[in-house]
Amino acid sequence: MSGSLRRRAPAAGLALLLFAFALFFLLPFAGLLERGLRDGDTWDAITSGTARDALVLSLWTSTLTLALAVVAGTPLAYWLARATFPGRQVIEGLIDLPIVLPPTIAGVALLTAFGRRGLLGEPLDEWFGVTIGFSTVAVVMAQLFVGAPFYVRAARAGFAEVDEQYERVAHTLGASRLRAFVRVVLPLSWPSLAAGAALCWARALGELGATLIFAGNLRGETQTMPLAILSAFESSAGLTAAVALSLLLLAVGLLVLAAFWLVAPRLRGVM
Amino acid sequence: MKRVNGPLALLAIAALVATGCGGGGDESGGLRGTVTVFAAASLSDAFAELATDFEQQHPGVNVRLNFAGSATLRTQLLEGAPADLFASASPVEVAAIAAADLVLEQRPLAANELVIAAETRSERISAFADLATPGLRLVLAAEEVPAGRYARDALALADSEGAFGPNFADRVLANVRSNETSVRAALAKVELGEADAAIVYATDLAAAQNAAVREIAIPAQFQVPVEYRIALLKDSESARTFMDFATSTEGAAVLARHGFDPPVVAT
Repeated sequence: MSGSLRRRAPAAGLALLLFAFALFFLLPFAGLLERGLRDGDTWDAITSGTARDALVLSLWTSTLTLALAVVAGTPLAYWLARATFPGRQVIEGLIDLPIVLPPTIAGVALLTAFGRRGLLGEPLDEWFGVTIGFSTVAVVMAQLFVGAPFYVRAARAGFAEVDEQYERVAHTLGASRLRAFVRVVLPLSWPSLAAGAALCWARALGELGATLIFAGNLRGETQTMPLAILSAFESSAGLTAAVALSLLLLAVGLLVLAAFWLVAPRLRGVM
Repeated sequence: MKRVNGPLALLAIAALVATGCGGGGDESGGLRGTVTVFAAASLSDAFAELATDFEQQHPGVNVRLNFAGSATLRTQLLEGAPADLFASASPVEVAAIAAADLVLEQRPLAANELVIAAETRSERISAFADLATPGLRLVLAAEEVPAGRYARDALALADSEGAFGPNFADRVLANVRSNETSVRAALAKVELGEADAAIVYATDLAAAQNAAVREIAIPAQFQVPVEYRIALLKDSESARTFMDFATSTEGAAVLARHGFDPPVVAT
C-alpha cells in the first residue's frame, strides 16, 4: 500500500501541476465570459459602431499583412533555407529580432525610420509631402514588422526539412525550378507554412504597442480592436465595454483560426 | 480520495498568494512599509520628486509610484488594484472611485492650465485660432482622459463665444489625427514631429523642455478649471502622512517648481 503510494506520489504531483497550469490559462477566459454574460450592456457594446469599425479595420489590415508577409516572405525563407553563404545566421538573427523585441520598441523604431522626422520619413515628407504616421498604412506596417518574422521563421524551417534530393530528381525529370518548388517543395512544407501564416496573422490581429506609438488611435483610420479595447478600458464604461470587445475579438479570432485549420489540409491535397 | 485533494490544495495555495499580495500595502507600524501611489501621467515628474523627498524624511517608507492616464488608473482601482493613494488630474475619476466606496478622504491637490504644444518647425499654427486650420495635424488626449476632456471643454467654450466663426470646435476636431491614451503620449507625438500640435497641460511643456516644441497660450477666457485631487484609499499612517506631505506648503513648493498652481477650490 505504502509502496504504491510512493510510486503514485510523483504522478499525482505532476497531475496537480498540470491541473494548475490548465487552470491558469482557462480561468482568465472564464472570467471574461462570466463578466460578459453578467453585464447587461455587453451586447450593446459588441454591436456598437466603434466595435464594428475596429473589427472591420482589424480584419482587413491583418489579412493584408499576412498577404504581404507570404508574398515577400516565401522567397526569402526559401532562399535562407537553400543558400549557403557566410553571414546567413546574421540575417536569420535579424529576422528574429522583431520577435524578441517588445512591440513598443518596434513602434519607436518605426517612428525613427518612417516618422515625419525619421530617416526615410523626413525626405518623404519634404520632397513628396507624403506622411505615413496616423494612417492605415502605418497600421499595416506595424503589423508586418511584428508579424512577418513569425511566418518567415516557420517557412524557412519548413523548407529546410525538404530534402534537396527531391528537387534534383524533379529537375532531372524535366521540371523547371518554379515547377519543382510548387509541385514538390510546397506540398511537403505546407504544414509549416500554414502554422507560420496562422501565427503571423494572429500576431497582426493582436498588435497594440507598435500601432499605438507609430499609427496613433483614431476610429475608422487606425483604431484596431486592441486599441479600441484599450480605449474602452479608459472610458467611463470601464471594463464592460473592454470585456465585450475582448469577447468579440476572441470569438472572431477562434472562428478564423478554426476555419483556417479546417481548410489547410484540403489545400494540401489541391496542391 | 487523493484526487479530491488536488483542487483543495490549489485553493489553499491561491488563498495564501492572495492574502500575501493584498497585505503588502498597509503594513505600517510607525512610519514603515510601502506606500503605493497611483498618479496621473501629468504628475510624473512632480510626484517622482515628492516621493524622493518623502523617502528621505521617512527612511522606513518605500513609495511606489504607478503613473498612467487618470482614467486607466480609475478602472484599475475599480477592479481592485491595491493602491494607498490616488492622485487624479480631475475630480471626475475620484468621484467614480468614491461612488464605489473606495475613498476614505480626498483633498484638492493642485491646479493646472491648458496650452497648445506646437512643433517648432510647423508653420501651420501660431495662435489658438489656427487649431481649425485645415490640414493641421492635431493630436488630443482621448475624450475619456481628463486632459482630453478639458481640451474639448475649452474648444466648446471657444465655440460658444463665437469668436472664431461658426462650428469652430467641429472644425478643430476634424483635424484630430489621434486620440492618445494619456496627455504625455499626445505631447510625445508633437515632440517626435508626427503631429503639428497637441493640447496639453502647461506643466507637461515645462517638463519637456524640448527645443522641438514651442508653447502657444490658450486665451484666459477659454481656460477651463483643471483641478487635481488626491484621495486616500487605505487607512495607513504612511499613506496619510504622504497625503499630508503632498498637500503641505513643502509639497506645494515641489508642485509649483514643476509648474503647477495651488488648488483654486478651498475646502
